Amino acid sequence: MDEQGLRGLIADVKAGTLSRRSFINQMIAYGLTAPFAMQMLTYSGAAQAQTKMDPYKPTKRGGGGPLKTLWWQGATLLNPHFAVGTKDQDGARIFYEPLATWDVDGALSPVLAAEIPDLENGGLAKDGKSVTWKLKQGVKWHDGKPLTADDLVFNWQYASDPATAATTIGSYKDCKVEKVDDFTVRVLFDKPTPFWADAFVGVRGMIIPKHLYADYSGAKSRDAPANLKPVGTGPYKFADFKPGDVVRGEINNDYHMPNRPYFDSIEMKGGGDAISAARAVLQTGEYDFAWNLQVEDEILLRLEKGGKGITTMAFGGNIEHIQLNTTDPWTEVDGERASMKTKHPTLTDKAVRQALALLIDRKSVQDHIYGRTGVATGNFVNNPKKFVSTNTRWEFSIDKANDILEKAGWKKGADGIREKDGKKLKFVYQTSINTPRQKTQAIVKQACQKAGIDIEVKAVTASVFFSSDVANPDTYPHFYCDLQMYTTTMTQPDPETFLLQFVSWEVATKENKWQGRNITRWTDKEADDAFKASQTELDPVKRAAHFIKINDLACNDHAVISVVYRPTVQAVASKLRGAISSGWDSNFWDLHNWYKET
Amino acid sequence: MGRYLLKRLLIAIPSLLGISVILFTVLALAPGDPFGELATNPAVPPEVRTALRVKFGLDDPVVLRYFHWLAAMLHGDWGFSFASRIDVDTLILQRLPATLFVIGSAQLLALLIALPIGVLAAMRPYSIFDQVTSTLAFVGFSLPTFFTGLLFILIFSVQLDWLPFVYRDIDATGWRWLVEQLRQSIMPICVLGLFQAASMTRYVRSATLDVIRLDYVTTARAKGLGERTVIIKHVVRNALIPVVTLVALQMPAIFGGAIVTEQIFRIPGIGSLLISAILSNDTPVIMAVTFVFACLVVLFNLIADVLYGWLDPRITLG
Repeated sequence: MDEQGLRGLIADVKAGTLSRRSFINQMIAYGLTAPFAMQMLTYSGAAQAQTKMDPYKPTKRGGGGPLKTLWWQGATLLNPHFAVGTKDQDGARIFYEPLATWDVDGALSPVLAAEIPDLENGGLAKDGKSVTWKLKQGVKWHDGKPLTADDLVFNWQYASDPATAATTIGSYKDCKVEKVDDFTVRVLFDKPTPFWADAFVGVRGMIIPKHLYADYSGAKSRDAPANLKPVGTGPYKFADFKPGDVVRGEINNDYHMPNRPYFDSIEMKGGGDAISAARAVLQTGEYDFAWNLQVEDEILLRLEKGGKGITTMAFGGNIEHIQLNTTDPWTEVDGERASMKTKHPTLTDKAVRQALALLIDRKSVQDHIYGRTGVATGNFVNNPKKFVSTNTRWEFSIDKANDILEKAGWKKGADGIREKDGKKLKFVYQTSINTPRQKTQAIVKQACQKAGIDIEVKAVTASVFFSSDVANPDTYPHFYCDLQMYTTTMTQPDPETFLLQFVSWEVATKENKWQGRNITRWTDKEADDAFKASQTELDPVKRAAHFIKINDLACNDHAVISVVYRPTVQAVASKLRGAISSGWDSNFWDLHNWYKET
Repeated sequence: MGRYLLKRLLIAIPSLLGISVILFTVLALAPGDPFGELATNPAVPPEVRTALRVKFGLDDPVVLRYFHWLAAMLHGDWGFSFASRIDVDTLILQRLPATLFVIGSAQLLALLIALPIGVLAAMRPYSIFDQVTSTLAFVGFSLPTFFTGLLFILIFSVQLDWLPFVYRDIDATGWRWLVEQLRQSIMPICVLGLFQAASMTRYVRSATLDVIRLDYVTTARAKGLGERTVIIKHVVRNALIPVVTLVALQMPAIFGGAIVTEQIFRIPGIGSLLISAILSNDTPVIMAVTFVFACLVVLFNLIADVLYGWLDPRITLG
């Protein structure tokens, strides 16, 4: 898909012959994100429509009793700038709010902002170097002090200071924030920045009060009393926090949105395991909401029969995929295996990679392992020349794989394993210890066997596999084997950071202590160029074309083979309304609109 | 006695030091790091992780880190949790009440079951009552708590819908609080208590059997004392000596058993704190909790020894 094709599609949306939703779905199939696709539409003049949600029914604030939610890992931190994972971001989001949030369709929706900046209202500068945010007036912190532009400037200073070691630093370090007046701030970039909705937006945009944190910036950040007793602007005020166990809030009677919130108190309880969390909502009804249920679909379906609750899926950018090593993991060069100075003896043969792509039985993986919680996808692999829907266009064919290998000169030896020039098709295929992954490994191994490829499966404890331990050769960034599988997450609703895994300067090596994002070590001059061009391209359509090009180059060359899309799964009590996760923001992105049908 | 205590306490110091060295080394050698989750998040630049490692002293040599820890510990500073960045002692104190309540009640329940049953069984060895209770006891301590815990949940929460299976802070007051608290505590206390009771019953039974055949019991009977008086005043009191020791020595061990139970019922206790700390490689918390366990073992050993001397005058401590 090139620029022209994209423009044609956008014209279709404007003319009404193509729905916004299917446009977004097609973009997702190309590795773009829903928010990014929405930005393309907005920039091209197709007005940004708010996602239709069930209308909020309660006519007064409070009176809804307690809201009980369950996370199988409790929040450990409540300062959003320290948040290490979703659990912390969710815990903080009960009390703190960003200027704007990403909704289910990836559209921006204002929270503390008076409006979403765009070209028409002058919020977005034409040169792409600044964005002006207007704050909603009359918003008060839980202690009664007003929210002003000073708070926003402070948040930028706080997060961008390396001494604070904020996990949000990536969103703040490359911009400047200045106060225009008491309720207006301007975010300035030194170069045209297409993805401007990063600072102050979504999970990394939650705003903390200057008057409580001003003395605890930088090196003293750990000592702030407010780290443990948050004072925010959100629908619920802080009541109690026990790290790893429970976060509790009580109704904020001064909340800045009318008739909200509905519940008198909120409890976010942590601990235990995913199955029993699902059970507490779906089967016994003890709780109203449970987070990220990594449970086999079979079990979820059985629990749902109780009728006390339902499961909902949030489609973000999580994709379970298999990586093919382009370097040789079995030869050590300068104290480093899988060094860029080597080439993989067999996987660099395109025929072998094509055959492997044909041998991944995604349908079986979906049907027998993930069910609704993992949707088979192959568009990355098959690289369609024109748009197709998301769930077609991948193929599982042992015959074709055999055919390709045969034609490329890989002959079966006495042991049934194909070989050429004395090199055998024997691969070590690693992943983390996790039942669905081991089952997937078995399915792949079996298919490969039939095509004369020998697969040795390896499973590493998740805490080791996903750690950044430089000394441990079993971590995924080392990639000291031929194939590996895991889920890569697109936490930011813009593909730029995500696509770093295909550029040459991000290759994970000994030199950068395996901190690089490019794990497959696949590199391509054209992909590099397209990436650089995308970084300053303001027109989202042209930018998307660059991203799609990178994606197509990598996929066409089978650097990665996607397996299933993985939505996060939530359990929601039957009577609870509004609890729809967005996939691009915190689970509590719309918490103020949650209510219970009576 | 005072000298004995002092001597024992002095011996305890090197053992605790040794334990802390071993714990620290094992944790330092174990794979994984507390900021692993940041590594897989593309939005967090690697320099944040590097800055955090430097800030929390994770890149210092192990020996240096150990001495830092030891020096701080001697000043009463337990360090702070990498995961939640709050002081470890605050974290432990937050978790202690739930653990003490559940484990204390379970231990009490175990004693209330084990003492009468054990004694009654010993009074009529190989009777039907003895055989039935013995069988039950064997079944009881063969079933791990994670199994009985799930069984209880399936029966009482899912099937019968009588009891909640998520242990939480009750936000009510007065009677309602008490009722709710009892309702949610019944299952974990029973699971732990019954498990403990099973092995303790066997212990009480054999201890009583040992005493009941001794000459002084026969003498007491010959004096014409009633059976009840003989059992309560002469048999049980002496039979309790080894039982008390057992209970004392089991106190630290029961913390271990509670790890599983706390996880199943989501009890915010020390055990679940340890589990989550281990999963997130939160070294200061793991170190503190395991060290507390080590101290408890040493302490209860000492208490058991002292109790021996007090209960059995034949033993002299010196």
